Amino acid sequence: MRDLIRKYMDIWMHGVLLGASFVALVPLFGVFSYVLKKGWPALSKGFFVNLPTPVGEVGGGFGNAILGSVVLILLASIVGVPWGVLCGIYLAEYRRSKLAQWLRFTVDVLTSVPSIIVGLFIYAIVVKPMANFSALAGAASLALIMIPVVARTTEEMLKLVPRATREAGLALGLPRWKVILFITLRGAVSGVATGVLLAIARVAGETAPLLFTAFNNRYWSHTLFEPVASLPVQIYVYAISPFEEWHQQAWAGALVLLFFILFVNLFIRFLIFSRGAGRTS
Amino acid sequence: MKLLAAILITTMAQIGFASPITLNGAGATFPYPLYSKWFSEYRKKAPDVQVNYNSIGSGGGIRQFADQTVDFGASDAPMTDEQIEKVSGKVVHIPTTLGAVVISYNLGDESSVDLKLTPNLIAEIYLGKIKKWNDPLIQKINPGAKLPDRSIVPVYRSDGSGTTAIFTDYLSKTYPDWKSEVGQGTAVKWKAGIGGRGNEGVTAQIKQTKGTIGYIEFVYAEQNHLPVAAIKNTAGQFVSPSVAAITSAAQGKLKEIPADFRVSITDAGGKKSYPIAGVTYLLVSTELQGEKGKKLLDLLRWIMGPAQQYSAKLSYAPLPKSLIHRVEAKIKTLKVK
Amino acid sequence: MKETHLADRIFGWCLRFFALASMALLLGIVVMLFQQAWPILSQDGLSFFLSKEWNPVTEEFGALVFIYGTAITSLLALLLATPLSIAVALFLTDVSRGWISKIISVLVEMLAAVPSVVYGLWGIFVLAPLIRDYVQEPLANSWGDHWLFSGPPLGIGVLSASIILAIMITPTITSVCREIFNSIGRNQREASLALGSTRWEMMRISVLTSSKTGIFGAVTLGLGRAFGETMAVTMVIGNRNEIATSLMAPAQTMASLIANEFGEAVSSLHLAALSGVGLVLLLISLVINLIARWMVRNEVRV
Repeated sequence: MRDLIRKYMDIWMHGVLLGASFVALVPLFGVFSYVLKKGWPALSKGFFVNLPTPVGEVGGGFGNAILGSVVLILLASIVGVPWGVLCGIYLAEYRRSKLAQWLRFTVDVLTSVPSIIVGLFIYAIVVKPMANFSALAGAASLALIMIPVVARTTEEMLKLVPRATREAGLALGLPRWKVILFITLRGAVSGVATGVLLAIARVAGETAPLLFTAFNNRYWSHTLFEPVASLPVQIYVYAISPFEEWHQQAWAGALVLLFFILFVNLFIRFLIFSRGAGRTS
Repeated sequence: MKLLAAILITTMAQIGFASPITLNGAGATFPYPLYSKWFSEYRKKAPDVQVNYNSIGSGGGIRQFADQTVDFGASDAPMTDEQIEKVSGKVVHIPTTLGAVVISYNLGDESSVDLKLTPNLIAEIYLGKIKKWNDPLIQKINPGAKLPDRSIVPVYRSDGSGTTAIFTDYLSKTYPDWKSEVGQGTAVKWKAGIGGRGNEGVTAQIKQTKGTIGYIEFVYAEQNHLPVAAIKNTAGQFVSPSVAAITSAAQGKLKEIPADFRVSITDAGGKKSYPIAGVTYLLVSTELQGEKGKKLLDLLRWIMGPAQQYSAKLSYAPLPKSLIHRVEAKIKTLKVK
Repeated sequence: MKETHLADRIFGWCLRFFALASMALLLGIVVMLFQQAWPILSQDGLSFFLSKEWNPVTEEFGALVFIYGTAITSLLALLLATPLSIAVALFLTDVSRGWISKIISVLVEMLAAVPSVVYGLWGIFVLAPLIRDYVQEPLANSWGDHWLFSGPPLGIGVLSASIILAIMITPTITSVCREIFNSIGRNQREASLALGSTRWEMMRISVLTSSKTGIFGAVTLGLGRAFGETMAVTMVIGNRNEIATSLMAPAQTMASLIANEFGEAVSSLHLAALSGVGLVLLLISLVINLIARWMVRNEVRV
């Protein structure tokens, strides 16, 4: 009798676990289907190339927001990626030094800083002294979010390169910096690239840090020293507005953003599969 | 690589071949529909100037103006003496238009009810003392109306707002305990309800949630087909918001407008006056510099002139002529370094 | 290790420079917040953190309302997400096989990839109305007088914010749990099975029981993530600066407060108060995350 109960308990729990997986995925499908359903009709060539129009007039688009996001991500990557990779290299290759231990702690802490606090920080040290909202400030806050993420994954990937590889390089008489850059890093390149792409996908969707740094722009921005529109901020502004046309455009913007992020993430999967690089995920 | 360069160049070319001057402004959501129309029209008139106005609330307008992160601010709440001190007095308030703070509502299913409200009712709703739509006090003022048995959810501004300043100014004048219980200003401690961000956010809340009541600028209610209440003014008349009613309110207060233009036109006298009317301002520095300064002055002059014709269509009242003359005189005194 | 080669030395200094710069950034953030918050901290001291007042007119500010708002939404989210995440992790490690496992794990990670603002958008127009019509309205009708369910059904508020937070932290908890469960050797599992346990009993005995610390760490990590979440919460929380007990009530978290009021605070005391709230948010997030990392340090590198 007790065995029967145990057997049914086993079957029941299997069902529960299966059910839980479905429940966890319901919101994913919910979000995706709505974004697709509501956003697709509003997508048009105009959406991608037009500027926003005044309240109540039709035909506006997200052109400046999309371009703004591209510019912000590029700028942030130019600073964030090398900085993060170098920190990751230091963590992996100089592991035993005191500084590295402090750096590891710092990187761990930096990943837990809420993104809105990053925005506050950049407002204080970039926006206020410059007396201007700017793409530079926005990119700075995104870079600050990227750095610890890239540092961590770089360190992880470098740790996976076998010691023998390094030692072989050193045994051949190569200086340490060449061994690190051209041998060790080379061996981890797809993993590091994966980390970089993941960081890019992450900052592409960040809104809070841009609120007080890049601010917003109803037009094209012509220099890096003026406010710039961005996709997530525009989605936010339109979503909380009362105007139907703006809601539709918000959904369309969300579709574009999701599409980009998914593309990067799935592209990464492909990278992992085809190169077979490290992480058990 | 070449493709990337080509894309970059064409994009830059598209945007950059006649690099316009951008004037960055931020602030009040109250006049935003009008400003967005104005600045779009102005672009046609002066294609070398882009006016990038961001509707973030009067509080934000004052703050960013004080921080000098924008070229001009916008606020329906004139800066207080302390705030002016913070910028060492280097600010000019330029009135641009008049508008009405309307009380809009969402009764749920019975959406065709035209409500009449008194300042007492409004205050008590926002104090949480009147909790249901079919409260006898509301019913008494609206004898024929079918009021639902639903909770009232007052909606207020969660951000620093000139609209809030006008609204609370009105309630401070008309309800004895308002000042002590809640206060007057761009951000106050509300006793009940939920917050919306900007006039846009409050309007969205009213549209989406049954039982809500909120204070928003007139055109937001109109553009979103929301009902507005007729409010009892000091002359004892229930007045619905309209351009004429706003103008009437301003007329009553014209003589009181001081040299710096900071004035309140709420609770104005006159039978036809709408009681919750307000002036909105652009905040301009007295120390204008360079090309941007010159273009800003051009913009201001245009606002005092041709821009006024667009106001009425969007349910804002154009500035009275005598006020325009005074403002133009003030603008003349602004010098560009 | 001595690096005699000049290029090596330069390279080393380059790396150290960026390491120091990163630490300077972290220090800078803390110092900046502290400096900006100083006016109100020096005036009120510890009572700033315990005061329920938030009145920009009388200039009395206190962080308690928002600490409460953040705590309640995060804890509720944890309550919803934890059993779910553990179940999914268990499903992925011990129940499903091959391509099903792969697909479901990819999908769960997709949950983490959706940006906060998109969740917020979905929350406003899809989740909140659903919660209002199918959960809150029936609750208000039957148990409207209970302190847990009092207030008009709005859709937005504590409940919707918590649900969205739960969705957002599920992938975090799930992935850490998976790594923990995977790190338990086959021997443990097979020993249990050899003694005649069913698969479920095996999971319970060999996997769950020995992972307690790790699971706790995963949950704490999820908590840390929930604490810092801004956009999705701001869009559905209702922006009410008040402590309420009802699940249906609107509220305000530390992050949503800053998002709403920072761009507009004019008085320096108001700004200081907002920075003070930011400081609390930062410190609590840091502590939670550090505790979590310490808890899982042996099992998995997060």
